[in-house]
Amino acid sequence: MPGVDWSLLWPEGLVTALAFLVFLLDMVLPPHRKGVLPGLTALGLLGVLAFTLPFLWGKEASLFDGLYRVDTYALFFKVVFLATGVLFVPLSMEFVGRHLEHQGAYYAILLLGIVGMMAMASAGELLTAIIALELESFALYVLVAYARRDVRSNEAAVKFILLGAFSSALLLYGVSLVYGALGTTYFAAMAQGLAQGEMTPLLALGLGLILVGFAFKLAAVPFHMWAPDTYQGAPMPVTAFIAVASKTAVVALLLRLLAEGMGPSQGQWQWVLAVLSALTMTVGNVVAVVQRNLKRLIAYSSIGQVGYLLAGLTALSPMASAGVIYHLVGYGVTTLAAFVALVFFYNATRQDDIPALAGLAQREPLAAAGLAVALFSLAGLPFFVGFTSKFYLFTAAARGGWLWLAGLGIVNSLISLYYYLVIIRQMYIERPPEATRLPLSPLLKATLGLLIGGVVLLGVYPTPLVRAAEAATRTLLP
Amino acid sequence: MEWLRENLLLLVVMVPFFGALALAAIPNERERWVHGVARLIATVGLVLSVLAFALYDRRQGGIQMERQFPWLPSLGATFHLGVDGIAVSLILLNGIVVFTGTLVSWNIRYRPKDFFVLFFLLGTGVYGVFSSLDLFFLFFFYELAVLPMFLLIGVWGSSTDFGTFVRTKEYGALKLTLYLVAGSVLVWVSLLALWVEAGRTSFDLLVLQEVSYSRTFQMVFFPLLMVGFGVLAGLWPFHTWSPDGHVAAPTAVSMLHAGVLMKLGAFGILQVGMRLLPEGAQAWAPLLIGLGTVNVLYGAASAMAQGDLKYVVGYSSVSHMGYVLMGLATLEPLGINGAVLQMFSHGIMTALFFALVGVIYDRAHIRDIGVLEGLAKRMGATAAFFTVAGLTSIGLPGLSGFVAELLVFLGAFRTYPALAVLGVLGAAVTAVYILRLLAKVFFGPLGERWQTLPDAAPMEVGATALLVAVLVIVGLAPFTLLHPIDVGVKEFLQHVFG
Repeated sequence: MPGVDWSLLWPEGLVTALAFLVFLLDMVLPPHRKGVLPGLTALGLLGVLAFTLPFLWGKEASLFDGLYRVDTYALFFKVVFLATGVLFVPLSMEFVGRHLEHQGAYYAILLLGIVGMMAMASAGELLTAIIALELESFALYVLVAYARRDVRSNEAAVKFILLGAFSSALLLYGVSLVYGALGTTYFAAMAQGLAQGEMTPLLALGLGLILVGFAFKLAAVPFHMWAPDTYQGAPMPVTAFIAVASKTAVVALLLRLLAEGMGPSQGQWQWVLAVLSALTMTVGNVVAVVQRNLKRLIAYSSIGQVGYLLAGLTALSPMASAGVIYHLVGYGVTTLAAFVALVFFYNATRQDDIPALAGLAQREPLAAAGLAVALFSLAGLPFFVGFTSKFYLFTAAARGGWLWLAGLGIVNSLISLYYYLVIIRQMYIERPPEATRLPLSPLLKATLGLLIGGVVLLGVYPTPLVRAAEAATRTLLP
Repeated sequence: MEWLRENLLLLVVMVPFFGALALAAIPNERERWVHGVARLIATVGLVLSVLAFALYDRRQGGIQMERQFPWLPSLGATFHLGVDGIAVSLILLNGIVVFTGTLVSWNIRYRPKDFFVLFFLLGTGVYGVFSSLDLFFLFFFYELAVLPMFLLIGVWGSSTDFGTFVRTKEYGALKLTLYLVAGSVLVWVSLLALWVEAGRTSFDLLVLQEVSYSRTFQMVFFPLLMVGFGVLAGLWPFHTWSPDGHVAAPTAVSMLHAGVLMKLGAFGILQVGMRLLPEGAQAWAPLLIGLGTVNVLYGAASAMAQGDLKYVVGYSSVSHMGYVLMGLATLEPLGINGAVLQMFSHGIMTALFFALVGVIYDRAHIRDIGVLEGLAKRMGATAAFFTVAGLTSIGLPGLSGFVAELLVFLGAFRTYPALAVLGVLGAAVTAVYILRLLAKVFFGPLGERWQTLPDAAPMEVGATALLVAVLVIVGLAPFTLLHPIDVGVKEFLQHVFG
């Protein structure tokens, strides 16, 4: 194709190549040598990250007439996904080694998922977006079912696949209706069409179905039913992957679609998102209160977090968009920290219920401190990124005229504090059932230390990250 | 000297914070180091806060020792420090209470490192609120002061057995935390509204106080701030966390929380509510002074009914915070001066109370007034100091409480005479329960069980003696404190109400 700078796709290409390399080595290496694969994955991703950042820095390009965008916004998220991918390797290694089969393929599929997410951040057209989304989703479908001898993993996978397919169908149907009404699936052309034309019932239905499809993918209430079962049943690192990386990618895609494609009709969909946001944050946090299983609790609490993000998407000003990005990154770092502690605990005890955490502060102080910091951050207490990013996000929502939504978010933070305190109480106040120490491996220790450092640093000195988020926003909302 | 003046507030806030980090780096087994470093941090904090108080130029007045660092321009938040005469007096209060609290924690043996790390984070939060001129950071530190409480009470606190039921420390911890965060929900919402309505992209207090908010806005949001901050100040009927939480907390934490943190609430009402929304304050002042009066009477009546020494002190705090709220609500110089002086005086007094109750409980392992008898014969110093605290609480001339309450009453007589009479009545009730308690617990015949009770340890005597000294100095020479406070109050009223 003439006029297309294919070289801009190097980062995606490299990660894909890395994935196939891991697949290949997994087939040819003798079993006792396969231990190199996680290391190869992590180092490979680091290498791509080190290459991508300077390579795409400052580049603004639209490939295939705007089908695929290479801009600061996409770059920001590509960096986030690559970095998250690197962190997922130490998070997964011990778990995968002990509990799962076919370890090499696990990392390769993870890499393919990351390719899908990178494409989601770049998609400038609805069908491209859906293909990218499907690539990411298929990776997740396989990973959720990865513990194939575990009944719950299988059940989780079946639910996840059925609802995933259902939501993709809704999305596709929505896209076809929008195409019927506007004659285009390009974001930029959609915006022009929406600005000129009237909102016909057909168009409204199409846009509505697209939003509902996204709501399913994000587990926004009332389309959240799959999340708790999937989170609980999936192998724990995969749960972390869904909660952090997949959520970030879907929001990245949705934010671009709303800003670039649906901006002119903001007045019409704003209320839909506001209602979704209010329902999501309230139901997520209230239902979290009665959970006893840690993964289910995290599922509901991350539903609550989606509610906060939707409040930012509702307002969709430059400040709100930067707030959404900031909160998203903060939420990712925090949730990863929580999962490092939880994965460690599961590896050591094979338990994932809240009462089992009793006395963790004495059995492994660093893990308990890490989890406590993460939970305090999610609850929005200061020193931690959760406080500052929520403050920023809610301020932006309030400025957009959504003070009540921001207020509801703040009330929900209070509710969330209650159930986080229940966990913290188990770890710090209750006595341990047995006094044995649970050894935290040096690798997880380092990862957890790094993430806690991130949670604190982004909470007290967010200036560079927020500036980057603002720069990313400027490509969407000049 | 000039360098010191400029960076003093930064040091005041940062020393306990980095101190906490340094403590966290000490290995767990080194308990002596932990205690040593904790005392060092507390001492440096005391010296810095005394310096801040001394270096504040009363003649010049206004906001001093200002420092401003850019932070998040798009949010309009800067790290802006500075104090007026009111805030600098409260910083002094915090320095004294953190210092004495650290001293009386000499006997903490269970995970002392974690205890002091959280304790100094709490202290950082308090220093931060008093020094911040930016609402974002004011709220940041305000929330920070809530965070460590749950663990401090839950891990190191004590449960109370009432015979028919038990108030566990977990109950106290959870109740306190959720009440306070519920209060800050209202504050947070109001801050967002203040920011949006001003339309200046700034959280700077000095910028926002130039904005004239519409009357409707003020009418809606002043009460939110009043109640939101009021929860922490123990405002009736949102005070119930206070006795339960303070009784469940370990001694040093009760001292700091009842002594200083409750003042953050009152300070917030003054610094944010009244400064930014003066019309709202005027309109709602009758309600605030009414609730303050209820605080005084209800707290005193409840204190009278308690059988647990620590609960008496807990409810007496509720009662005394009522005077602070009454004084603030007069919106007139004498009353506000009295309120701020009462914050200081009550902070020291209640810290002294809690320290002494801790001394008794550590040795007797019981706090039941019905069982403790005639302790003065065995615990001379404790009894003497408790008497001083009690007399301050009653408002005996020559001690700091007298001046503070007198000013509050004078202010109230000028504005709401009927309520002032009720307030004085509250002081009379205080006299009843305090004198009864002193007579029974300390000065009656020595109970059988207590024949061998040892008196306070030297460290505890030293700490409490310092608190007693402050009460006496402020009582005899109130102007040392009233001068800077008065400068602050005059400017505040001048600026806010013209």
